[in-house]
Amino acid sequence: MGVFGSIAAIGAGIAVLGAGLGIGRIGGSAVEGIARNPEASGKIQTAMIIAAALIEGVALFGVVVGFLGGKVG
Amino acid sequence: MKGSTKEESFNVSEFIMHHIQDAHEWHLWGKDSSATSIYLPVILWDNGLKLFNAKHLYHGETIHIEGEEPVHYTVGTGAAKGYALCHEEIYKIKKGGLQFHEGHPTNVHPMDFSITKNVLALFIGSFLLVLLMVSTSNFYRKNGAVAPKGLAKFLEPIIVMVQDDIAKANIHGGKHKRYVGFLLTVFFFILINNLLGMIPVFPGGANLTGNITVTFFLAVCTLLITVFSGNKNYWKHIFATPGVPLALLPIMIPIEIIGIFTKPFALMIRLFANMTAGHIIVLALISIIFINKSEAWGLLSVPMALFISVLELLVAFLQAYLFATLSALFIGAAVEEDHH
Repeated sequence: MGVFGSIAAIGAGIAVLGAGLGIGRIGGSAVEGIARNPEASGKIQTAMIIAAALIEGVALFGVVVGFLGGKVG
Repeated sequence: MKGSTKEESFNVSEFIMHHIQDAHEWHLWGKDSSATSIYLPVILWDNGLKLFNAKHLYHGETIHIEGEEPVHYTVGTGAAKGYALCHEEIYKIKKGGLQFHEGHPTNVHPMDFSITKNVLALFIGSFLLVLLMVSTSNFYRKNGAVAPKGLAKFLEPIIVMVQDDIAKANIHGGKHKRYVGFLLTVFFFILINNLLGMIPVFPGGANLTGNITVTFFLAVCTLLITVFSGNKNYWKHIFATPGVPLALLPIMIPIEIIGIFTKPFALMIRLFANMTAGHIIVLALISIIFINKSEAWGLLSVPMALFISVLELLVAFLQAYLFATLSALFIGAAVEEDHH
């Protein structure tokens, strides 16, 4: 795979794809929840940020593994 | 992106790695031999204390090893005799230079307690943190519980936010008072060091929170506080989770025990990877100018880097808030009283 770079980068890209899908769904649900109940927007926002950060943490696990794999390859 | 066959082509990955990693000098400006840097003290324990200025290592003889992956290292002179520096790590060297195996030196490391760039950045960040907090508390000590002016006016809403939205909201039953100090420290330490890392000039610009040993230590603090604050209810949830049939317990208990460690581990990786990835993106965008060797590319590269930097400001604050919130959640779970 010398011409195109390491496979590890493709793995990292797939992990990020999963994160994008997940956080996109969270954002969508949060916005819909706020639209239905504007008074609860503070709580919904906090829950959205925490859930998004947890998913981003998992995606970054994938990126870190991609880094390590890229160095060996 | 590997360099082309022409000489002096710009090696992007080396440029990026050099700016992300720890170093024994703090590079201010200039290039290669005419560079201006602050050379930091090297403190080694190698059957005795060895103390010398890093410039003896950096100004030593540079040796290039050709091959599939060319490597170069510098051999120390003067007070640094007997040591060599390869990729910012110090090795003991005898006659014959460093021995390499698959691209990595196999010589022995002496025990390295040097003041490196990250250690100096830690001192600067901590000093700034203490300065800010002591000034704020001095205001209230002098004036009592009145509406603040100056620095205290700027910091009070943030401190109150940490106390109310992070500590009180996650640690129920009024027990948050014991842990507010830790949460405030963690929040402001991460925030200040993230923001300092965004500033390109000295004293900012060191990638401290992107150093995995620093985030490891912060995560260990959270782990220790969680484990040592655990009450009977917490340990009951781990070893005898209510509502689980007895046959499943041999599976649940190891999972719960591993869960005690994976939560701070995720905290560590999350902060490290977010900060390092942000720095890498900004550096890669700026490298566009140097790869194409023309200033005109700056018209594209600088606005993109600016946009990413604004995003990085948000990430700096968010990561501090998140680390504190998740720590508070774990501590809250540890001290929670039983309620059916």
